[in-house]
Amino acid sequence: MTAQAAEAPPDGPGARGAAERERRTPGTRFLGPQRRSLWFWIFVGPFALGLALFTYVPLAWSVYLSFFDAHNTVTPTDFVGLGNYTSMLTDGAFLSSLGTFALFTLFIVPATYALSLALAVMVNRLRFAQAFFRSVFFLPTACSYVVAALIWKLSLFNGVRFGLANTVLGWFGADQTAWLSTTDPPWYWLVIVTVRLWLQAGFYMILFLAGLQRISPQLYEAAAVDGARPGWQTFRHITFPQLRATSVAVVLLLVINAFQAFDEFYNLLSDARGYPPYARPPLVYLYYTALGREQNLGLGSAGAVILALIIAVATVAQARWLGLGRKED
Amino acid sequence: MHHAWIRVGRALRAALLCALALLFLVPFYLLVRNGLATEAEITAPNWTFFPRRLQWSHLTEVFADPNLPLGRALLNSTLIAVSTTLGTVLLASLAGYGLARIPYRGANAVFYAILGTLMVPAAVTFVPSFVLVSSLGWISTLRGLVIPTLFSAFACFIFRQYFLGFPRELEDAARVDGLGYWRTYWRIVVPNSRPVFAAVATIVFIGAWNAFLWPLVIGQDQEAWTVQVALSTFTTAQNLNLHELFVAAAVSIAPLVVVFLLLQRYIVAGVERSGIDD
Repeated sequence: MTAQAAEAPPDGPGARGAAERERRTPGTRFLGPQRRSLWFWIFVGPFALGLALFTYVPLAWSVYLSFFDAHNTVTPTDFVGLGNYTSMLTDGAFLSSLGTFALFTLFIVPATYALSLALAVMVNRLRFAQAFFRSVFFLPTACSYVVAALIWKLSLFNGVRFGLANTVLGWFGADQTAWLSTTDPPWYWLVIVTVRLWLQAGFYMILFLAGLQRISPQLYEAAAVDGARPGWQTFRHITFPQLRATSVAVVLLLVINAFQAFDEFYNLLSDARGYPPYARPPLVYLYYTALGREQNLGLGSAGAVILALIIAVATVAQARWLGLGRKED
Repeated sequence: MHHAWIRVGRALRAALLCALALLFLVPFYLLVRNGLATEAEITAPNWTFFPRRLQWSHLTEVFADPNLPLGRALLNSTLIAVSTTLGTVLLASLAGYGLARIPYRGANAVFYAILGTLMVPAAVTFVPSFVLVSSLGWISTLRGLVIPTLFSAFACFIFRQYFLGFPRELEDAARVDGLGYWRTYWRIVVPNSRPVFAAVATIVFIGAWNAFLWPLVIGQDQEAWTVQVALSTFTTAQNLNLHELFVAAAVSIAPLVVVFLLLQRYIVAGVERSGIDD
């Protein structure tokens, strides 16, 4: 609105409305519209230009490359049409990477959601040492996936006798488990899921704490008057429904972040012999396809485009399904 | 009777929280214990809860090991994290202010174009971005590691939301004194917005220090390794002593833990401010 008013010439028919609006917008009294657009681009231009160059240009280039046979080159000449897409979509490894993602999401999203919500509710009701517990649960956020994977792989879930998990199991007389190389049963999932759970639960706990603090205390007073017992009843009928907007955001973020999983898979599972054939999420698959020995950038780009489309569709669908923007009710 | 149950419930909850807190601290314990124990103590069949003698000499040993370029990697990580933080905060705050406060016809279109990139996660664009950076000849350079990561739509969004709520009276006073947009921004807006700058800066710094995929793809030469890439190389190759690897990992997160504990309230404010749940 203000922008349109600013476009009107100072002496034109819209001058009065514009002058009125200008009084509300600092600076406009001293600057004409041309000077204002100049200043807008001085402030926004460097950022917008960089974002275009490093997000939109690569995406466009990627779409272009995906139609070519581009081994080891970024200026290919061998047009293959949809060939890269069809070979990507019929490649069992690519499809199983999507399956890996689905399975990972199935584990990590409910686990993180439940743990971070439980931590938030418990910490929120503490009467002492609240800051201490919040810090302890939030502290892993400072740790990198690389360091966490190192601890999990070489100490906590080390497959040898001196690994902590095997030590504890040994106290109860259980056998040693090679956590990361056993595929039947697939114990590696326990290792992968607990790393991420430890790293991110505190972050989502903070989001839930913020949500809890926005709930009006009057709601709880009213519930108490109505005879609701503190504990499960109050949680189910007051707290949980009131956290709806936060829950939607948390689930969306969890799924998007699970889709982008790379660091912990790569650092936990790859070793001197390379990456095992199982548990390859999409980004790990893409990494080895596009940047591995073959450097098949055409195929890798087609994969990137397919993943970008999936994530866009999934985000919109999920937002619709979970009712984002319906938080007024 | 009723009150007794409430007290039991409260005690149970406190006990559960304490147990969970201990569980959350186990990885940090392992980091310190393995870093300061002898190799024999780490690999012994019987668990030693705490090293008999703390091997502080491991700290000097790990920096002197020619196989592990830890000093160089820490320097690279520091340079990258500091320049990424300064660059991101400068670019995103200017853009956020422009979008929030300078009336311009195309402002909304520009804002949605920026917001749209949040739908395309950076990790999905790593193949095309790699293509771009390698054709610029930026592989294994500081430029290549920093510049493509400077344009954070997320940071820009936080600044825009914050500046929309910045008190106009302060800016109006500056106008009366004859200051333009540029000087108003630097003399009035920035000095009065320190908490939001601190929040974004700490979040960006932690993210840049812990980043892995981009430094792995771009920092290919050993001279360009960040501390994460160096640690990862030895975690996956397993040709280093355990105590060395753990003490190196402890060194790599020590500065961050300190920053984190000191600036925690800004980080919490930043997470809450991100507006994703509003």
